[in-house]
Amino acid sequence: MKILVCISNVPDTTTKIKFAEGNASIDTAGIQWVINPWDELSLTRALELKDDSASGIKSVTVVHVGPATSEPTIRKALAIGADNAIRVNAESSDAWFVAAQIAEVVKAEQFDIIMCGIESSDFNGSLVGGMISEFLGIPSVSAVSGINIENGQPVLTREIDGGKEIVEIPAPFVAIVQKGIAKEPRIAAMRGIMMARSKPVKLVEPFPVESLTEVAEFEKPSSRAACRYIDAENPAQLIDLLLNEAKVI
Amino acid sequence: MSVLVYTENWDGKFKKLSFELVSYATGVAKMLNSTVTAVSVGKVEETELRKLGNYGANKIINVNNEQLVSLDSQAYAYVISEISRKENASVIIISNNNTGKAVAPRLSVRLKAGIGSGVSKLPLNLNPFTVYKRAYSGNAFAHVIIKSDVKIITLAQNSFGLIDTANNATIENINVSVDGSLLKTVVKDVQKQTGKIVLTDADIVVSGGRGMKSPDNWTPLVELASLLDAATACSRPVSDEGWRPHEEHTGQTGKIIAPNLYIAVGISGATQHLAGVSSSKYIVAINTDKDAPIFGSAQYGIVGDAMKVLPRLVDAVKAIKK
Repeated sequence: MKILVCISNVPDTTTKIKFAEGNASIDTAGIQWVINPWDELSLTRALELKDDSASGIKSVTVVHVGPATSEPTIRKALAIGADNAIRVNAESSDAWFVAAQIAEVVKAEQFDIIMCGIESSDFNGSLVGGMISEFLGIPSVSAVSGINIENGQPVLTREIDGGKEIVEIPAPFVAIVQKGIAKEPRIAAMRGIMMARSKPVKLVEPFPVESLTEVAEFEKPSSRAACRYIDAENPAQLIDLLLNEAKVI
Repeated sequence: MSVLVYTENWDGKFKKLSFELVSYATGVAKMLNSTVTAVSVGKVEETELRKLGNYGANKIINVNNEQLVSLDSQAYAYVISEISRKENASVIIISNNNTGKAVAPRLSVRLKAGIGSGVSKLPLNLNPFTVYKRAYSGNAFAHVIIKSDVKIITLAQNSFGLIDTANNATIENINVSVDGSLLKTVVKDVQKQTGKIVLTDADIVVSGGRGMKSPDNWTPLVELASLLDAATACSRPVSDEGWRPHEEHTGQTGKIIAPNLYIAVGISGATQHLAGVSSSKYIVAINTDKDAPIFGSAQYGIVGDAMKVLPRLVDAVKAIKK
């Protein structure tokens, strides 16, 4: 079986976000780019499955929709252990556009399991995985916090409100993964970094589709009022404020 | 033309989340001079369905189909898209919870409808149709234009609130048969927590961080939560260490919540943590370090040791309850 892991290139969470002129995009100067945290976890789990010979997973490919400037993020995924990569050479304009590109890649190359992070830390959309599966007409399971392959049968754990479900699903399918899928992201070793240089990155030109949404502008969150301090010796005052001023208890 | 809202139920009952969605849909319908059709899937009694009318639903479509007992995103997207076409819906509203995240993107492809996800306000503009959503994990908000004819909005939980709009809604029971090829998800086992307040539903959350120092120190925090009818939560290091279950982890990669009150005990307030809680209406910070970044996001703060402050807070809450 072959796994495809979809990766997004996002600013590191601790990066201070500034907007470019016109506020319709971010100012990319000084930004540290990383693999989207959920995608990194999903890549880690895909590689763990491949390491286990009983799983029947033979290869792990990563796919990314983005311009040449996102190459370092793709190389990082290869250094962590992906066997090869595919880059669709286009700016990712919206979730619809990205999902349509990846669906074309899957049609051309055939994968059994497609893994997507549940959201990207930049647009927080939670859309691409579900859209890919509907473009392909294959099943999907969302909020997946565990994936195993038992005697060739994929068994997934998905989070529901106040609990979890164990779910079986036939391949090919899309697993939309969240926290819990892998304990910690795998880190690239020196050997992996060296090997990544010679691993193939296939370049694909975009499939023509129109985006359905666009960002008109960004704004900063409104700042909160300054913190009001209460004496640690008198926490009853806090309860009084929560009751009578904020009216939240 | 109508505004369609998918109202999820849990064992036949609606939750605040369902009524919030209908309240929001009613607000959108007013802007569009349109009406609200709520769609419910599963076995829900008529008295329960009627409650959706209290928040402005004009019509309730009840799909009770044995095939749809558990969530199969492909089948659910099919059912909602069929009803949406029949109702000539121009805007479809779904929660941004786990179910919404599973179903909405599939629905989008079926209807070629653009999505604004995690929206927290009524549309800013109708022409072009512009929604307001969280971006960069809470470090920004985006004004997103949806260009397609049919629009889908997934609403951030607890962002809009409930608005009473009494309507005597009509109820229509229908059956939508789903082709077996769309039903591939087989649920083998369900594990539910019982008796606990679901974190994402809670109006009040009491959360502990590394400043709690040990898994053995949680008793006063749990007691405070119980007195306030609050859910308990924790920061990432705490769940990584196994002090608390990972379902309680709030933060960028954990749960993203927006309670009315978030009490952060012994949590320094790293960017990743704030990304999960910054939409809370009020934040209280209790921390020994007066320079901890959490105080920058809090309205009320106590600089002090959690082990000393928590028992006093417990006493203070007990006193007002008397």
